[in-house]
Amino acid sequence: MILVLIEKDLDGAAVEVSLETLTFARSLAEAGGGVPVDGVVVGEVDAGLRAQLSAYAVRDVHQLTGAGFEAFAGAAWAAGIETVLASAGSVVVMAAGTPRGGEVLAHLAARAGVAMAANVVSFAGLSPFVVSRQVVGGQAVEEMQLSTRPTIFTVAGHAVEAVPAAAPSSVGVVTHAPEVAPADLVARVMSSEEPAPDLSGSLTSARVVVGAGRGAGSEDGFGALLDLADLLGAPLGVSRVVTSLGWRPHHEQVGQTGSRISPDLYIPCGISGAIQHWAGCSSAKAILAINTDPDAPMVTKATHAVIGDLHEVVPAINAEIRRRRAG
Amino acid sequence: MTANVLVCVKRVPDASSEIVLTEDGQSVDGRFAGFTTSPHEECAVELAVQAAAVTGGEATVLTLGDEDAVEQLRAALAVGCTAATHVVADPQQFGPADVAREIAAVVRAHEAAGRRHDLVLLGNDAADTGDFQVGIRLAYELGRPVVTGVTKVTVSDVGGTLSVTASGDGPDGYETYQVPLPAVVTVLEGGIEPRYPTVPGRMKAKKVPVEEREASAAPAGAARVRWSLPPAAPSDVQVLGKGPEAAVAVVDLFEQLGVLAR
Repeated sequence: MILVLIEKDLDGAAVEVSLETLTFARSLAEAGGGVPVDGVVVGEVDAGLRAQLSAYAVRDVHQLTGAGFEAFAGAAWAAGIETVLASAGSVVVMAAGTPRGGEVLAHLAARAGVAMAANVVSFAGLSPFVVSRQVVGGQAVEEMQLSTRPTIFTVAGHAVEAVPAAAPSSVGVVTHAPEVAPADLVARVMSSEEPAPDLSGSLTSARVVVGAGRGAGSEDGFGALLDLADLLGAPLGVSRVVTSLGWRPHHEQVGQTGSRISPDLYIPCGISGAIQHWAGCSSAKAILAINTDPDAPMVTKATHAVIGDLHEVVPAINAEIRRRRAG
Repeated sequence: MTANVLVCVKRVPDASSEIVLTEDGQSVDGRFAGFTTSPHEECAVELAVQAAAVTGGEATVLTLGDEDAVEQLRAALAVGCTAATHVVADPQQFGPADVAREIAAVVRAHEAAGRRHDLVLLGNDAADTGDFQVGIRLAYELGRPVVTGVTKVTVSDVGGTLSVTASGDGPDGYETYQVPLPAVVTVLEGGIEPRYPTVPGRMKAKKVPVEEREASAAPAGAARVRWSLPPAAPSDVQVLGKGPEAAVAVVDLFEQLGVLAR
């Protein structure tokens, strides 16, 4: 039996990458002769989430409730999953390769004394079980043998597309309220500042997206890019390095750990095109890459390109748009 | 109260440009790669040096790697670490559980010799093997609490107990943890600017004796079958031009795709 950790957004719905993980789990379950897929959720499962899980043919969803789960603690979540494993007899545990998913499964693997594979994109053999996973920031793929039980791994974001099952399930809801040991609650979130309102929805549904990467140069390097976005009525999407360096907020991130976009036109400027980013933008119908390096992966994978410094090219494009609109 | 900090770094191939793999598919071919310390760990070194300085403690840098990895230790010594330990071993043979066990062995050996490491800092994930788990496994080896993926780390006295406050972006907002020492914390880049080494810093770093150790046990390995590079797809990109002169062709494309309409 396969158990998938389902992460919820602030509205209590399953996040896209968890639905992708459920899709991966279903293909693994089918290869394994139709073993059931269960979900585990921390906190209450509402009707909307239950309907989502039904569409993905989840057999039972295990909800973890009680005082130990009020604030996030990686060890407590792992302890909760241990309770579910003991009662449901799961042999495979999966989560999306998000910060939470990776953290909780690493706790689980360390506690069980077994291996964990991070950022799996596909599986090859079943016996022995061999997974392919991203290494070197997605530049290379590692085949790794995962022979320990329980078999624990995370699925890389956007490695598979989230596809509902042919037939929905009735989804049983099983509640677990285990006592969490004090030691598992020492490292827990003490305070959480409200995030900025979630604007990523505008990214995922936009017809045009202007992208910005390391080539922006600094926090102050986005003026012309935001101007272009404004002229096209497009949101700004950025690469992971831009949010890691604190130049732009996380909700603007496109890629494996950010939003997955599928616009008619994507305009990545100063983005080299690491796998991490490509995973989030490969569904764009047309891509116009603006980059100084003609050999950058983003350029070679694009439909159109301009070779040059975004700080020179983008202002020229903005001026040309204004010139035509004035005329 | 002083807090002594141990910061763990890994020598990794510089993956910012294209990489070449070894023939046996077990790693990046070092003949065609530069080597560096991952950005997460550069930030961890800076945080370690600051946390030690604030409490009057010592920042020690540790690596498990081949002979060349001493370069990464010297780099950390040049920016403020004052002691270094090198577990000399072939890192390809060590899986994440092996590495965690080796770090724990060093912490215990130092402790037996009277050197506490109250706080252990690591990068959140290694830039090459990307296992996302060494810090957590280390915490279980040592029986300590662990916080992962944070960008800010400070050590302070909280009601008579030395504690670490660690914060970073979480899915529900900016999150803060406060954990009594001893503890393990893994760091993501972005919260702090690592300092550049000064010339005197480099000179001083050369003179610091590096403690060399052997691995405490034979490694179980990483269960790696092989690495491969995804095949390059043929490119059919249409280059519209170079530099600002391409603007006309770009806006023509916008009109053609119908994305310019108001």
